[in-house]
Amino acid sequence: MIVKLLSGDQPRSPILTAILLLILVCLAGAPFIFDGVRPLDTAARICIFIVLVASYDLLLGYGGIVSFAHTMFFGLGAYGVALASTHMGRGFDALLVGSIAGALAAVVLALLIGLFSLRVRAIFFAMITLAVASAVAVLVSQFSGLTGGEDGLTYKIPRVLTSANRMGEFLGTKISGKILNYYLIFFASLALFLILLRIVNSPFGRVLQAIRENDFRAEAIGYRVVWYRTVATCLSAATAALAGSLFAIWLRYVGPDTTLSFEIMLDILLMVVIGGMGTMYGAVIGAVLFIMAQTYLQNLMGVASEATHGLPLLPDLLEPDRWLMWLGILFILSVYFFPTGIVGRLRERSTS
Amino acid sequence: MTAAPDHKPTFATLSLGERLDKAMPVLLIPILVVLGFLAIGAPSSWLTLTVSGLAMGMMIFIMASGLTLVFGLMDVINFGHGAFVSVGAFVGISVLIALGDWTGATSLLLNMSAVFLAVVAAMAVTGVMGWGFERVIVKPVYGAHLKQILVTVGGLIVIEQLIHVVWGPDEIFINRPETLKGAITFAGAAMEKYRLLAVAIGLILFVAMRMVLRRTKIGLIVRAGVENGPMVEALGYRLRLVFVGVFIAGSALAGLGGVMWGLYQEVITAGMGEKMMVLVFIVAIIGGLGSVEGAFIGALLVGLTQNYVAFLEPKLALVSNIALMTAILMWRPQGMLPVVKAK
Amino acid sequence: MSDPILSLSAVYTDIAQYHILQGVDLVVPRGQVTMLLGRNGVGKTTTLKTIMGQWAAKSGQIQFGGADITQMATSARARAGIGFVPEDMGIFSDLTVAENMALGCISGPLKPERKDWLLSAFPALATFWEAEAGNLSGGQKQMLSIARALAEDRKLYLIDEPTKGLAPAIVSTMAAALRELKAQGASILLVEQNFSVAKALGDSAAVMDDGRVIWTGEMAELATSKDLQERLMGLSMEAH
Repeated sequence: MIVKLLSGDQPRSPILTAILLLILVCLAGAPFIFDGVRPLDTAARICIFIVLVASYDLLLGYGGIVSFAHTMFFGLGAYGVALASTHMGRGFDALLVGSIAGALAAVVLALLIGLFSLRVRAIFFAMITLAVASAVAVLVSQFSGLTGGEDGLTYKIPRVLTSANRMGEFLGTKISGKILNYYLIFFASLALFLILLRIVNSPFGRVLQAIRENDFRAEAIGYRVVWYRTVATCLSAATAALAGSLFAIWLRYVGPDTTLSFEIMLDILLMVVIGGMGTMYGAVIGAVLFIMAQTYLQNLMGVASEATHGLPLLPDLLEPDRWLMWLGILFILSVYFFPTGIVGRLRERSTS
Repeated sequence: MTAAPDHKPTFATLSLGERLDKAMPVLLIPILVVLGFLAIGAPSSWLTLTVSGLAMGMMIFIMASGLTLVFGLMDVINFGHGAFVSVGAFVGISVLIALGDWTGATSLLLNMSAVFLAVVAAMAVTGVMGWGFERVIVKPVYGAHLKQILVTVGGLIVIEQLIHVVWGPDEIFINRPETLKGAITFAGAAMEKYRLLAVAIGLILFVAMRMVLRRTKIGLIVRAGVENGPMVEALGYRLRLVFVGVFIAGSALAGLGGVMWGLYQEVITAGMGEKMMVLVFIVAIIGGLGSVEGAFIGALLVGLTQNYVAFLEPKLALVSNIALMTAILMWRPQGMLPVVKAK
Repeated sequence: MSDPILSLSAVYTDIAQYHILQGVDLVVPRGQVTMLLGRNGVGKTTTLKTIMGQWAAKSGQIQFGGADITQMATSARARAGIGFVPEDMGIFSDLTVAENMALGCISGPLKPERKDWLLSAFPALATFWEAEAGNLSGGQKQMLSIARALAEDRKLYLIDEPTKGLAPAIVSTMAAALRELKAQGASILLVEQNFSVAKALGDSAAVMDDGRVIWTGEMAELATSKDLQERLMGLSMEAH
């Protein structure tokens, strides 16, 4: 049953299995295990980013395509929910319509970009997605009448999903709509992740990997490389948009900085590479590690920076805001030395 | 000495249409300028916009030229190229701030000396950085596009963060040197002095680059290497050395572009290079990856389009470049002046 | 055969997962024209590219002028004195004929007497000296490719099918030029499918099959023995 849920793609490493189970348990029980608002928020972000990063892994790790437009798709989903909730009023119908519209828009845009640039040269895709994504980000901040511009949009979601909805106590924790909302995010993310796992382990996923290994040969065998790559782009874009919708439902706010910025794009890249490209589980490890680092590494670096106070340069390098630099170095090193990331490493260990 | 009669050169028989097709990319610039004139109407605004469009185009060209040549020569696409733009700007502007007495004086000589020193410092630093970047970041991943994109993006992140370490997290505002402030008026149109200077520098650089590429042995090797690297090696040239040289020169030019862009915007941030990369990529793509001439034409088109559209419909300025790129790629999928690749 | 200019011993070369060369032994004597013959796809071009370093030999040894060049970079082999005319000619089509010729000289500009000789051998190049090489006809490109390899004195020339797909008139121009080069005492390793050209030029011959050299001997012996031709190459090579 579990094997079937995982589409036969098991973690294949005892340590990895243990870590994944731990993460699953922590996320599933987050409202009861941890106290306060912040850990719950972190847990929800982790759920959403796992989906976002996994959908990116479908493209990068399985398809061998580098895109810089993944946040654009993420943002489309988020703005879909935001706009629908603003114009249709609060309600589940608005959430549903917004999510579907966002995903559809993402697919259409991905199809256009894919057909346009994948046909010419795979490397064009990276450059063109970068250009298109930045143009969309600028558009969103300029058409402030519709999108709220730099300030973004704040809107209401169904009352059932907010902390105003009190539903008593369970295991010593006050159950509110916020927790209901969390479980909506959690189960939706889990489902999306399992679907992605199914896709990469389907015949389609295997052809995609064959293309990644050798596109000339795949073409020669008779697979339409452009078609496969474009479909992968569309699937990945749709999933990213749905992750964006979840994010919008959780935050009840969308803005360019939280959904569209190039910084988030870089974060996704870091997560997928450090976690392990082409493994799906790498997305889980990468997202958890990165978001924890974002939250807690900075504190640690603050302490280290204090401790080295007085030494030349070192305190500046250890300044909490510089945490991205250290992850950047880790990122470069992982591309060189363990391109299959943490998951790949763990799997190698258990097979040797 | 006569040719064998059975093989005439094909170029003697080019039809008018073919010749027009060949010249089309160059013709696009005057066509765009005329279209701009028709759309804008007012000659003085049009002249001002044209000058600023050209200035912007020249600066983008300076940043893009190295990137496109590096790609042409070794099939290396450097997503970290923007980092050199930022570093160049910070080094150059720091020198200008340190030479505040010179830039504050109303002497053209002192002003230009300060700018010159700033440019030399910026280019030296970014050139050396380019050399290190090539060795540490790019060299281990030759021939693997995916890894190349990833590590060069990683390099971009790290260098940007290092800028924060050295110069602090905030943007830096600067004033242009005294004699470069203000504008001159010509035929009722105000043209900023600095933009005219940028146009002049860009033109000089382009002509110089063309001279090097056309008239020197190194230039020959570079042009031949873009088309067929293995053959250049088989003739006895160490293409790798040439490539490293081009990489260093390209990085230094990005640094120069950074100083010029910083003085143009009068503010610099660590992320400025990353933002410029969008335009630089558009220019490299529409010009035809590997073609310096293509990048030059592409940069001018982008600069002019952006300025005209910004005047007519400000919100569409950046999107106009995407539209330009789409249109050009529909017309020529490999860019305006595609580089012939053997193989 | 004393003091060969080039010798290969037990050279293996893989291209992707295919084993193309499977132990090539080959000796090219100094001052002679050695023909490398064999059916299509037996590894002649790969042998030349391996000598040039464009494909890396997996194992075996390549000696050139007494030095081991097996691990050398392509450019170093060229500077050591090997001139190369590849199968696809390797013309830089964006460059003019003059510029292509200039790149053939690694130690300085093209010497006037050398230029005069090459232009008298290939008059068409003089006509189109300032034209873009991409606009030349196939035969002219082939002439340019050879002239470029000859732009400077090199100790050995590797020439891959110089007459492939050319009109008979151009083939004879080409053959005449190669004969003149031979008369000057150059060492040449020549891959050639045109048997009359091979017969006229070759001193010795090596026949390849299946990634190995299966026969070496005098060109004259091979040219006169139909039996030998059929046994080695599966067909008799009628002189045209």
